[in-house]
Amino acid sequence: MTPPSPHERPSRTLLVLLLLAACTLITLDARGGTSSPVDPARSVVGTVLGPVETVTSAAVRPFRSVGSFFSTTDRLRADVARLTAENSRLKGRLATSAMARNRAAELDGLLASSRQTGYALVPARVIAFGPAQSFSRTVTIDAGTSSGVYPDMTVLNNDGLVGRVLRAEASTATVLLIVDQESVVGGRLGADMEVGYLRGRGDLGGHARLDLNLVDGSATPAKGEVVATWGSKDDAPYVPGVPIGRVTAVYSSPRQLSERAVIEPFVDFSSLDLVGVVVDKHTRGDRPLIRAGTLTGSHDGAGR
Amino acid sequence: MSGVRAAALTALVVAAIVLQVSVFPWLAIDGVTPNLALLVVVAAALVRGPEFAAVLGFLSGLAVDLAPPADHVAGRWALALVVVGYLVGRVRHDAGTSAGAALVAVAASSFVGTSIFVLSGMLLHDPDVPAAQALRVIPIGVGYDVLLTPFVLPVVMRLLSRLQPRRVAY
Repeated sequence: MTPPSPHERPSRTLLVLLLLAACTLITLDARGGTSSPVDPARSVVGTVLGPVETVTSAAVRPFRSVGSFFSTTDRLRADVARLTAENSRLKGRLATSAMARNRAAELDGLLASSRQTGYALVPARVIAFGPAQSFSRTVTIDAGTSSGVYPDMTVLNNDGLVGRVLRAEASTATVLLIVDQESVVGGRLGADMEVGYLRGRGDLGGHARLDLNLVDGSATPAKGEVVATWGSKDDAPYVPGVPIGRVTAVYSSPRQLSERAVIEPFVDFSSLDLVGVVVDKHTRGDRPLIRAGTLTGSHDGAGR
Repeated sequence: MSGVRAAALTALVVAAIVLQVSVFPWLAIDGVTPNLALLVVVAAALVRGPEFAAVLGFLSGLAVDLAPPADHVAGRWALALVVVGYLVGRVRHDAGTSAGAALVAVAASSFVGTSIFVLSGMLLHDPDVPAAQALRVIPIGVGYDVLLTPFVLPVVMRLLSRLQPRRVAY
């Protein structure tokens, strides 16, 4: 390597080569469509980085609740001078049991949604979020093909529909959230069974909204009505009957033939943690299935 | 020795990407996380110059494009980070002189990098990014990157100059 001098002339050839390489890659991937030549590379990187993301996410999970823990014990902290070693030991035990309770409540919710919908679920945790700068709303979950998770499966949690599986690696899978701008879900209004299509807006958090376009232009959705999935052929990518959200506003414009309603999703996408992937009832994997209200293990020691 | 160096660089880039998708979403501002891979490329440009930073930018951009849960067309972050590495490398004799100059370099490269990513997305319709959303996200991203610079940039720069092959004094 040549020593740099204040008047160095960096190599233009290298820059041009790298830019061309990037553009070639973009062209290959964009033109490839569904069977892109970049997919094997993506799969390799996913297989390697997936476990790393799982470990990192597990390492920081206990610290996520630290902020709220301290905010609720502000009063206790004022009395901290009086606290004995015994007290602090009890406080530590309380903190972990609260987290365990929280986790149990989440699992209970998932059990309940499995009982309501009658689907068999593979439980999974969200281990990575795509940044807002990427403008696509995707997350990674810590269950993959080894647990029976494959592309085009429905993902839900105890509040409602979360999204669908885009890609599955051995131990991780990428999920497209329904709030992504590319996501389209068939929805059915609860009251009059009218069908329509829900599109995401790309927002997460409290102001996450979906747009519902009804197929029948004469139907008028009512405010507060619940929208559930309509279901796809062979239950892929979406199974029917999963609640999605509630109508918050209705618009009709003379230019458009159909009514447009705004849906507020039941799921809080900014704090996703435990989710369930809808799988076939007879799936055999390395983790227990949640099956219509019962937790059944497929291996000894895997379930309880 | 060069094998060790390559392994250390790989570990650095992988650590940046994993932190970016697995840890920082919990500290996200309106969904925007700091672009740690971009900070690594800027640090490389300040320490090692444009050629090295452009190559590192290409490789780490590629890793960002391929690491789950990314779902955009591969090569878009690679393109953005090559340009960022090259540009910061060209101005490093001014940008590396003071802390303020380094902050300006980070702000500029965060803006340029994210903008290239957004523009390539608009050209490819992948996804069709609304301009309003881009205009909301880019400033937050720039702010967050600048906020993290004092904690990340000195550490990464020291690491990279440690990894630099020994040169004969001139």
